Amino acid sequence: MYKPVIGLEVHAQLSTKTKLFCSCSTEHENLPPNTNVCPICMGFPGVLPVVNKKAVEYAIKAGLALNCEISNYSKFDRKNYFYPDLPKGYQISQYDLPLCRNGYIDLYVDGEIKRVRIKRIHLEEDAGKLLHIGSGDRLSESDYSLVDFNRAGIPLIEIVTEPDINSPKEARLFLQELRLILRYLGISSGDMEKGSLRCDANISIQTEEGKFGTRTEIKNVNSFFSLEKALEYEIERQIEILKRGEEVIQETRHWDEKNQKTVSLRSKEEAEDYRYFPEPDLPPLMVTEEMKNKLKSEIPELPAKRRERYLALELSPVDVEILVSDKDLSDFFDKALRIYGNAKNLHSWLSVEILSYLNENKLEFKDLDIDSERFVKLIEMVDKNEITRPVAKEVLRRYLTKKEDPLVIIEREGLRVVSDTSYLQDIIKNVISNNSKAVEDWKKGKKQVINFLVGQVMKETRGRASLDVVKNLLEEELNKL
Amino acid sequence: MRTLREIKKIYENKEANVKEVVESYLEKIKEWEPYINAFLHIPYEDIEKQIKELESKSPNLPLYGIPIAIKDNILTKNIKTTCASKILENFIPPYDATVVKRLKENGAIIIGKTNLDEFAMGSSCENSAFGPTKNPWDIERVPGGSSGGSAACVSAGEAPISLGSDTGGSIRLPASFTGVIGLKPTYGLVSRFGLVAFASSLDQIGPFGRTVEDIAITLQIIAGHDPMDSTSSPYEIPNYLEGLGKSVKNWRVGIPKELWYKGVSEEVLKTLENSFGVFKEMGVTIEEISLPSLEYALPVYYIISTSEASSNLARYDGVKYGYRDFTAEDLISMYKQTRGKGFGSEVKRRIILGTYALSAGYYDAYYLKATKVRRLIRIEFEEAFKKVDIIASPTSPVLPFKLGERISDPLQMYLTDIMTIPVNLAGIPAISMPAGFYNNLPVGIQFMSSFFTEDKLLQFAYAYQQFVDFSKKYPTLPNKERV
Ligand SMILES: [Zn+2]
Repeated sequence: MYKPVIGLEVHAQLSTKTKLFCSCSTEHENLPPNTNVCPICMGFPGVLPVVNKKAVEYAIKAGLALNCEISNYSKFDRKNYFYPDLPKGYQISQYDLPLCRNGYIDLYVDGEIKRVRIKRIHLEEDAGKLLHIGSGDRLSESDYSLVDFNRAGIPLIEIVTEPDINSPKEARLFLQELRLILRYLGISSGDMEKGSLRCDANISIQTEEGKFGTRTEIKNVNSFFSLEKALEYEIERQIEILKRGEEVIQETRHWDEKNQKTVSLRSKEEAEDYRYFPEPDLPPLMVTEEMKNKLKSEIPELPAKRRERYLALELSPVDVEILVSDKDLSDFFDKALRIYGNAKNLHSWLSVEILSYLNENKLEFKDLDIDSERFVKLIEMVDKNEITRPVAKEVLRRYLTKKEDPLVIIEREGLRVVSDTSYLQDIIKNVISNNSKAVEDWKKGKKQVINFLVGQVMKETRGRASLDVVKNLLEEELNKL
Repeated sequence: MRTLREIKKIYENKEANVKEVVESYLEKIKEWEPYINAFLHIPYEDIEKQIKELESKSPNLPLYGIPIAIKDNILTKNIKTTCASKILENFIPPYDATVVKRLKENGAIIIGKTNLDEFAMGSSCENSAFGPTKNPWDIERVPGGSSGGSAACVSAGEAPISLGSDTGGSIRLPASFTGVIGLKPTYGLVSRFGLVAFASSLDQIGPFGRTVEDIAITLQIIAGHDPMDSTSSPYEIPNYLEGLGKSVKNWRVGIPKELWYKGVSEEVLKTLENSFGVFKEMGVTIEEISLPSLEYALPVYYIISTSEASSNLARYDGVKYGYRDFTAEDLISMYKQTRGKGFGSEVKRRIILGTYALSAGYYDAYYLKATKVRRLIRIEFEEAFKKVDIIASPTSPVLPFKLGERISDPLQMYLTDIMTIPVNLAGIPAISMPAGFYNNLPVGIQFMSSFFTEDKLLQFAYAYQQFVDFSKKYPTLPNKERV
C-alpha cells in the first residue's frame, strides 16, 4: 500500500488598503521599485510596528469562515533569518499562539464529502522582492541583485492544514475551495499567478496504516495545475524510492516548472533555526467576544451554503458549480432570482448567453455593467411570447456591448413579436414562390424541408415571428398547393 | 551654565536672544570638547536653521530657545545619527524621533549629538567607535555609560538639558558618575519611536539635568502616548510640576538590603551616609525591605537584553543603509564582512550571546526562564511598593573608575550596573540624584517608585534636592597639559 499523505501551507495576501505595520499602500504590481515604502517597512533604525486593525479583522474572518476557534489572546513573534528581501533581519509572524486554530473545510471529491482540517491560521508580514541581474535567475547565479521593498510589509495569512489530503486532486480542490472562500470574504484576490496566493506542500507516503513516511516539502508551486503536477511527480518519485527499498530523505524540494520535476533545495540538517521569540514591540492581540460577533455578522453566505441552496433549486451539480465559482455571477443570479422565479431558466440564460459572451471577450462577470431588472424583463418578454428568443439574444448583446437599454431598443425598432397573420401570409407566399425547388421537394414528401422554409420566413421578419405560428401558417399554405 | 528657569528669565528680560544664548553654549562646547569628547557632531548649519524657524514661534513655548543635546542613538532628521558605530558612520535619518519632534515643537534647539557606548552597549562610554568620552570631574576617569556624552555635557555645562536612553542603567549610572540628575521613566511613558533599539522591552528615553524642576519640565514634553509606539502608555500624563515643593513628610522610604552593603564600595557607602540624615530632615521614615530575586537580575538582564539585541541589530546587514564592505564576493561574505568590520567587539559579543540564548534547544533554559524570573522581580517590586513610597539605593556600587580599568573584563564592567538593572527589568521609574562627592568624584543615589508615579518620584527628589543641592557645582576646566 502506497498512500500519499499531504499537508498544505498556504500564504494569502490580504487585500487591505495599507500594509500590516505602517501606513504605506499595499499596491505593488506594475509600480516603480521602492515607491510604496517608508522607514518602517524598510526596517530603518528606530522604527516600530503598529498593527493594522483591518488585517487582524480579515484574519479573524478567515478563521471564522474556515470553522476555526479564534484565540482570545494571541501574540506576535519574531522569526529571525538573514535575506536581502527581509529588511529587519526578522519577519514579524506568529509562532506558538496563532490567531486561529482547529478549523476545517469540507470538499466534494467525486461526490463524497472530504473533510480537510485546518491546524492554524496566523498573521505575518510579506517580504520584499529580489530582482536578479545577470546570467541566472537565482541569487547565487546572478551578477548582482536589486531589492524592491514595495511588497515588504503587506499582510499575509498563513493557513496550515493537517495532513488530511490524500491525492494531488484533493490538494488542488482544497486550494481552489480555500481561494473561493477568501474571495467570498473579500479579503484576498487569491491570484496565484501574481503571487497573492502561494502554496507549499508537505508530502509523504504511508506504507501501512498508522505509520507515517518521511516527508519532503515542495516549494515554488505557482498555479493549481502545477500543484497537482508537482505532487504527482513527487508521489511517483517517493514510491520509486520505497519500491527500491531505499529511504526518502527529509528535505525541501523546489518545483522546476520548466522541466516539470522537483529538485532538492536543502536537507533537514541545513534547515534554519529561526530563533523565534515574542515580538517586544507589540502588545498581545486581544480578541473580544464582541469583536468576534461583529465580524461573524459581516461574513457573507459562503460557497458551501450557496451550493446547498442551489442544489435545492434542482440545479444540476455542474450548473451549481458554474454559479458558485464566481461570486459576482452568483450574487447577480440571486438578485435576479428574487424577481424571477424560474431558477433553471434563469441559469440557462446566464450560462448560455452571458458566459459565452464573457468567454468570447475574455471578460469576467464583475467587468459587466448589467442590471438584473432589465435582464429579467427581457427573459419575461420571451416567456410571454412578446419577443422571440433570437430578438432577445441580439438585444442583450447590444446591451452588453453598447450599454443600450434593451427595452428601449425593442420599442424603438419595433422588435416585438409579429402577430399580424396577413402580414406573415404575404411573406410566406413570397417565400413559396421564390423557393420552388424546396416546395417541389416538400411535395415529393421531403417534409423536413419545411425547416428551411421557416428559416427563410424568419429571416424576412428579422426573427420577430413566433416559430410555431410561422410553421403552422406555412404548412397551411403548402397544403393548399 | 543656567537652569531652564534662568534661561527663560533671560529671554523674558530680553537680556539676550536665542542666538546669543545658543552661542554661549557653543562657546562652552569649544572649551570643553578637547578634554571630554562628549559630542559626536555639532550640526552648526542646522542650529542656525532651527534658530531661524523659532522666530515665527511663540516665546511662551515651554522650551523656547532651550539648547538640548541628544544621545546619538536617537534619530534626528537630517542630522547624522551614528549610534557611535562604524556601521552607521554616515547615516542621516529621514525622520525625527518622536521625542525630538516634541522637543522641537516646544521650542527646543537641538545643539548636538552626544557620544555613547556603541549601540548603547556598555557602562563606561569607552565602547564608542569614535573614541571615549571622559569624566569632566577627572578626565582620566570614565563618565559612565552608555549615555556618557549626554551626562558629561550637562555636567560640564555644555548644555542645560540632554536626552539619554536607559536599558540597564545607561542614564542613571553616568548621571551618578558626572554629578547630574538622570531620570529613567516607567517603561512605556516615553515613546521609543526613533530610538535605535538595543533591547526593546527595556529601553526607555529620559532626560539629564541639573535641577529636578528642569527634569520635570522636560519630561512633561517628551512623555505621553505616541500612536507610533504600540508599547507606549495610552493614559493621560499628570502635571509633573504640580508636586514639586510639596511636603513628603511621613513618606516611607524602603532600603533593600540586597542593594546596600554587599558589593558596594566603602567610598560610596561613606558618601551616602549623609543621605540618611537628610531623610530624617525630610521627615520620611526608613524601612529595611528585601527583594530576594534581585540576586538573579544580572544574568536575567544579560539573557533578555542580548537576545533582543541579536534580533534588533540584524537589520544592519549592508543592504539598505549604513556601512557595507564592498570587497565581499558573495552574499554571505557581504554579511560577514560588513557586520564583522562594522560592529565593535562588545556589540559582537552581545549579538553572539543573544543568538545563543535564543537558539533551538537553549530557548527554554535561557530566554524563557529569564522572562519568568523577570516576572518575579517585577512582582517583588509591586509588593514592595505596597509598603513603601520610594525605594532608595546607591546608583553605582563604585566610584567613577579610570579609563581602561574595566574594559578588558566584561564581567567587572557588567557588575557596574548591578543597582540599576533591576529597575529596567521591572519597568518602574528611577532617578539618580547627586548625593555627595568623594575626593572630588561625584556619587549618586537612586530613588525608585512604582509604575507611572513619576510625579511622586519627582516630588520626592525635589524635596531631597532642597537639602542636597549640587546644581551650582561645576567641574573646573582641566589644565591644557592634561589633554
Ligand atoms: Zn511603509
